[in-house]
Amino acid sequence: MNVWKNSAMDKMGQLSLIVVVGVIIAGLSAPVLAPHDPLAVQMSLRYAEPSWEYLLGNDQLGRCILSRLLYGIRPSVLAVLVVLLLSVLIGAILGFLAGYFRGKTDTWIMRICDVVLSFPGYVMTLAMVGILGVGLENILIAFVLTKWAWFARVIRTSVLQYTEMDYIQFARTTGMGHGAIIRRHLIPVTFADIAVTASSSVGSMILQISGFSFLGLGIQAPQAEWGMMLNEAREVMFTRPEMMLPPAIAIVIVVSAFHFLADSLQVALDPRLRQSGLQPDRLPDQQEVAVRL
Amino acid sequence: MNILEVNHLNIHDIHIGEPIVKDISFDLQQGQCLAIVGESGSGKSVTCRSIMKLNPSSLQQSGSIVFQGIDLNTLTDQQMRKRRGKQIGMIMQNGMSAFDPSCVIGTHLRETLGQHYGWNRSKIDERMHIAMHSVMLNHPDRLMNRYPHELSGGMLQRIMIALTLVLEPDILIADEPTTALDMLSQQEVMAQFIRLRHTLGCSMIFISHDLGAVRHIADHILIMKDGKVIERGETEQLFTAPRQEYTRDLLSARFALDNHFRQLMERKEG
Amino acid sequence: MGMYIIRRMLLAVPLLWAISLLTFILINLSPMDPAVVVLQAQGVPSITDELIERTQQQLGLDQPFLVRYLNWMLDCLQLDFGNSYITGQSVWALIGPAFLNTLRLTLVSAVSIIAVSVLLGVLCALQAGRVLDKSVRTLAFILTAIPSYGLAALLVWYFSVRLDLLPTSGMDSYRSYILPVLIITISYAGLYFRNVRSSMLSNMNKDYVLYGRASGLPERVITMHILRNSLQVAISIFCMAIPIILGSTVVVENVFAWPGLGSLSIRAILSRDFPVIQAYVLILAVSFVIFNAISDMINAAMNPKLRNGL
Repeated sequence: MNVWKNSAMDKMGQLSLIVVVGVIIAGLSAPVLAPHDPLAVQMSLRYAEPSWEYLLGNDQLGRCILSRLLYGIRPSVLAVLVVLLLSVLIGAILGFLAGYFRGKTDTWIMRICDVVLSFPGYVMTLAMVGILGVGLENILIAFVLTKWAWFARVIRTSVLQYTEMDYIQFARTTGMGHGAIIRRHLIPVTFADIAVTASSSVGSMILQISGFSFLGLGIQAPQAEWGMMLNEAREVMFTRPEMMLPPAIAIVIVVSAFHFLADSLQVALDPRLRQSGLQPDRLPDQQEVAVRL
Repeated sequence: MNILEVNHLNIHDIHIGEPIVKDISFDLQQGQCLAIVGESGSGKSVTCRSIMKLNPSSLQQSGSIVFQGIDLNTLTDQQMRKRRGKQIGMIMQNGMSAFDPSCVIGTHLRETLGQHYGWNRSKIDERMHIAMHSVMLNHPDRLMNRYPHELSGGMLQRIMIALTLVLEPDILIADEPTTALDMLSQQEVMAQFIRLRHTLGCSMIFISHDLGAVRHIADHILIMKDGKVIERGETEQLFTAPRQEYTRDLLSARFALDNHFRQLMERKEG
Repeated sequence: MGMYIIRRMLLAVPLLWAISLLTFILINLSPMDPAVVVLQAQGVPSITDELIERTQQQLGLDQPFLVRYLNWMLDCLQLDFGNSYITGQSVWALIGPAFLNTLRLTLVSAVSIIAVSVLLGVLCALQAGRVLDKSVRTLAFILTAIPSYGLAALLVWYFSVRLDLLPTSGMDSYRSYILPVLIITISYAGLYFRNVRSSMLSNMNKDYVLYGRASGLPERVITMHILRNSLQVAISIFCMAIPIILGSTVVVENVFAWPGLGSLSIRAILSRDFPVIQAYVLILAVSFVIFNAISDMINAAMNPKLRNGL
């Protein structure tokens, strides 16, 4: 499991990992790194060109674009990672229960998953926002409520596959407890599948959440968020098209980094792909039919 | 007269950069049966596919393969395609996967026969019925309209043999045709192969990993290991006086397994 | 096959019922009292408890939950989704034309997505590992990382503002379709052509292809067999994609002011117009279930193995 140490990950994967970690750190330490207050309006600096003081220039209200980008990492990327963690956690617990104990537990958990998955996720999200009201928190809640089922299903399949293996069956016959088997034998091997599935859905989740903000359903002004910054830039698209560049480029870089990371993780964790010398197809096949917003 | 001569055949994987088949030469006489025996990965299947020029483009081959006096390397794709099936036939290892799963069996048979003979549907059905009866397949009408997953491996194997009977190739390559079958079907299919040889009088290349399985059908045997031919000879001679250690191991592998089992049982009882 | 269709349709009924119940419960979970929303929308200056009670009676909100659900479901079956809290118009009059507009955009986009992804998928599979394959995949990879609203803005800026070739909004002529369809196609074809490609590639290595070649079948016939088997996967994905596109045109509709479901739903959400949200969720969920069933049926028609499964 020493993905990080052995250089199984290719150059692109390592670079992506650096970008991702860098963005996360930048987001966490935004108050230290940001040169200015992201909300400070200075009408005298409207649409100012990049300068030494304002490295990326100023927006339509004279706010520092670089500072807004840095603060925007929090809702655009960090919030998504938290949501991902929560849904993977719920999905993992239920997936392990279903896959390991089988029988009725399995049937019921999978039936609930089927109902949740038969309901398109974005409609769920829109409905939740409609009911609970507009705001980033509500979108995040809706995401957790709709995404867990997908992870539960993938993790269950993975657990099922490994539980069948001889050494697990052997551990069972020797009277090893369920908890110990899951902890010592199943979690380490299924972790690979979980990591690949989770990392490959980050990209589309980032795009979706910023999409909701773009529509005005997510985070509310004056808070900085990348989708929202694009929406604001759109209003001056005809006169100042270059205003769209910073948030758009930020999104593209982060989403590509996550995609590449998912790819190299998949190769690094699946020795078969590495040996065959075949380039893997970007992103796993059994991908959720993703909504593109 | 030699119907097939393979000279200095080398096959090399450009992805891995390693040779798979190293400088193999052999020939096949009209009406004879040659068995190629070896472990999986010894290069025997790749060798046979190279005769039909069916290896993926990542495998590069050199050396000459002369069939009925013509070097196959000089043929165009079109000329090669016309020879496949009609002059050089092939029986696959796994009947279950050899037919398009989304079409009924009849589709493949009709496409193949239509391609080589230009017959119409009723003529094809008529000839297939005769051939299928002769390999002990009843109700050919019904079988032709079945999907591959609805039939057993042994039945599909016999359907391939029946198709070969109609095509009457000059050489038949059988790639481990009995490996995927249970014991009973194995014997039936082997019996069909021996009959096929007698009816068509065609030459045959029979690939197997089991020396015992080819004893009754092969005239000559070629033993392959790691892409090289390590022993060759007439069947009886090879069985009675193997020259190589490896061949002796192959021969005794079955007995050894038996002996080991017997020893274990005796120890348990004693 | 006839039996299969009947069984598959019966299977969809309980799911549709579960969806209707879920939709109704969701709306009733709202922290906002619908009566208050209606009164606010009517611009009533001071909302008294008495007024709220009267409005609740008018809307039938004072009845028990099950009675309300039953009434609502019976109405829905007759396409009566109640009246908008905000404008007082019948929801069906609002949502019907919007649904048609979105459906038009979706179907045109779906055809374009299918054409592009099958074409690219097949081409890339046949040229696997060569320059064409690599460049198409790299391009697709970059395009899938661009948010579609960013792409939309970029294309509008270039084609409509810089070149003044295409309209920026509305749906007046076929020219209004070009940009929205292009954006939806880029967003999805980049994902779906990969499925076509990998399914083609895995079929090309199957035994039946080798046996077909060994039998002397021409490449044309063999390619048809490979296509027949690979497109099964593609078809089921495309059928699943139609309801997904139906819902996710929201962004494109928003950018191009397309008078469809997406624009309507955003307006409804922002103004908390519950009957409209309810009808929107119900219509999309139902179309999801229906297209899902259709995709299963098409698959069963093409893949005989599946027919016995149900």
